[in-house]
Amino acid sequence: MVKKKRSNFLAYVAVILVAIVVILPFVWMVVSAFKSQRELFAFPPTFFPTEWKWENFVEAASRGSISFLHMFFNTMKIAVPSTVFNIIFSSLAGYAFARLRFPFREKIFMAFLAAMMVPFAITLIPRFLMFKDLGFYDTYVPLIVPVMFGTPFSIFLTRQFFMTLPKELEEAAIVDGCSHVRIWAQIFMPLCKPIIATLTVFQFQSSYNDFMGPVIYIASDAKFTIQMGLSSFRNSFTSRYDLIMAGSILALIPVVIIFICCQKYIVRGIAMSGLKG
Amino acid sequence: MSKVRLLNKKTGGLTLKQKEAATGIGFILLPLISLAVLMYYPIIRSFFISFFDWNLLSDPVFNGGENYKTLMKDEVFFQSLKNTLHWVVMYVPMSVITSFLLALLLDRKLKGSGFFRTMYYLPVVCPIVVVALLFVWIYNTDYGILNFILKELFHIDPIGWLTDTRYSLFAIAVMSVWKWAGYNMLIFLAALQGIDESLYEAAALDGVKPMTLLFKIKIPLVMPSIYFVMLTAVIDAFQMFTEIFIMTKGGPGYSTYTVSYYLWSNAFEYNKMGYACAMAAVMFVIIMVVTLVQNKLMNKKVQYDA
Repeated sequence: MVKKKRSNFLAYVAVILVAIVVILPFVWMVVSAFKSQRELFAFPPTFFPTEWKWENFVEAASRGSISFLHMFFNTMKIAVPSTVFNIIFSSLAGYAFARLRFPFREKIFMAFLAAMMVPFAITLIPRFLMFKDLGFYDTYVPLIVPVMFGTPFSIFLTRQFFMTLPKELEEAAIVDGCSHVRIWAQIFMPLCKPIIATLTVFQFQSSYNDFMGPVIYIASDAKFTIQMGLSSFRNSFTSRYDLIMAGSILALIPVVIIFICCQKYIVRGIAMSGLKG
Repeated sequence: MSKVRLLNKKTGGLTLKQKEAATGIGFILLPLISLAVLMYYPIIRSFFISFFDWNLLSDPVFNGGENYKTLMKDEVFFQSLKNTLHWVVMYVPMSVITSFLLALLLDRKLKGSGFFRTMYYLPVVCPIVVVALLFVWIYNTDYGILNFILKELFHIDPIGWLTDTRYSLFAIAVMSVWKWAGYNMLIFLAALQGIDESLYEAAALDGVKPMTLLFKIKIPLVMPSIYFVMLTAVIDAFQMFTEIFIMTKGGPGYSTYTVSYYLWSNAFEYNKMGYACAMAAVMFVIIMVVTLVQNKLMNKKVQYDA
């Protein structure tokens, strides 16, 4: 018993030490964002700013080539349709793979799974050429279309979830002549709220955090996303780490809010995706 | 009404079975078209383009295997392959061990482990651009906090974490461990929690030591997840782009060029589309081989399903 208590105590010490290592860089980001430029480069460095400069945030939000709010809306124009349509199309396909019999079902499903292993660099150039030829360079189309019609990961996740639901669920509805669209919309979707939450967070984050996509497809300043804007901070205010950190915090707020709201779903979603391996 | 339908299985000239198949195909049609047009067609076209000389300004010119020949003599390409290998050797053990230890720690079901799990996951949700910028500041040679701490505690002279070829890749690897440990931890944690409790009970009855329990029961049973994490890490090593773009632009020298970064710069800075596609093809083959080897290893090692 004593032994158990002692090892638990050690475990707590370890857990807290790790937590400090995880949190410290964030704390450093916050205190740096509030410092004056002089204090930022002071030697020896101070930990807390002597004067908390809230102006840094105002400056970071307005001094880029376009305002932060503008970049935020640009990012939403990509993230929202990508996420919403992705969930609709992926869950419909997931339903079909889990519940409906049609020719080559397993083979087609394998084709989706195999695509998860393909590195994006392989498809990068032909995709770019295709979108450019269609006149979609410097638009958000190339950033939305590849995700909106469902992605292998989302299809896989919804299928796995639907497979765990009992068959009896829809049998009565089928006997009553209910269409599969209605079964999907009125029976399955309400039951898979946790999976919808997981996919919402994943998809939203992957659009919101995407950097390579916008770098390749977006050319004009007015269409910059948050990530591009932040990266251009590095070039426009080379050593203004106060502003870079303030901008980073602004960029972080939306994802952190979403993460805190949905964190328990994320944990479950990852557990499911990892166990397949 | 419903009985009549059941008896009379013909609805609109189709049997129920045909109707079900039609619905199924209808449901997957758009995702399937998207998969074909945006995934499989580009893979094929990428191989095709790799046999052309194409700068986007003039028409593509067929040049046989010239791109591949040049590639085999391209020192920067080999340097980026070497960097990728170096990265894998450095990053994979660091990352797997750290995340596995974290998972073991949280698997003890301490009070508040849910809170710590959430906290450890925080860097994962952070946009990579934000993380990269933050570490550029932390790693700053003259004013970075890391060098200050090292100087105060261990009297180490300032190290050019991102400006010295000896440290640049390592510095980015450490940052990546920090960023991704929470993700891999969750995968390991799920696997650990999937282990049958009765195994632990039997081990306790037999008086098995904790270390034996770890090496003979926990690690072997979590092996599939370890392979999964390792494979993902290797594939990601080839794809690493944003960190490099923000932190080093491949420098100093060519010490942090990754295959993806070099490919991107060929395609979008120098407009060498054919050459970049040849690079993509080589990368594709390497990743296929790695995946196959890893699958083989996995099937051999993981026979016992609990």
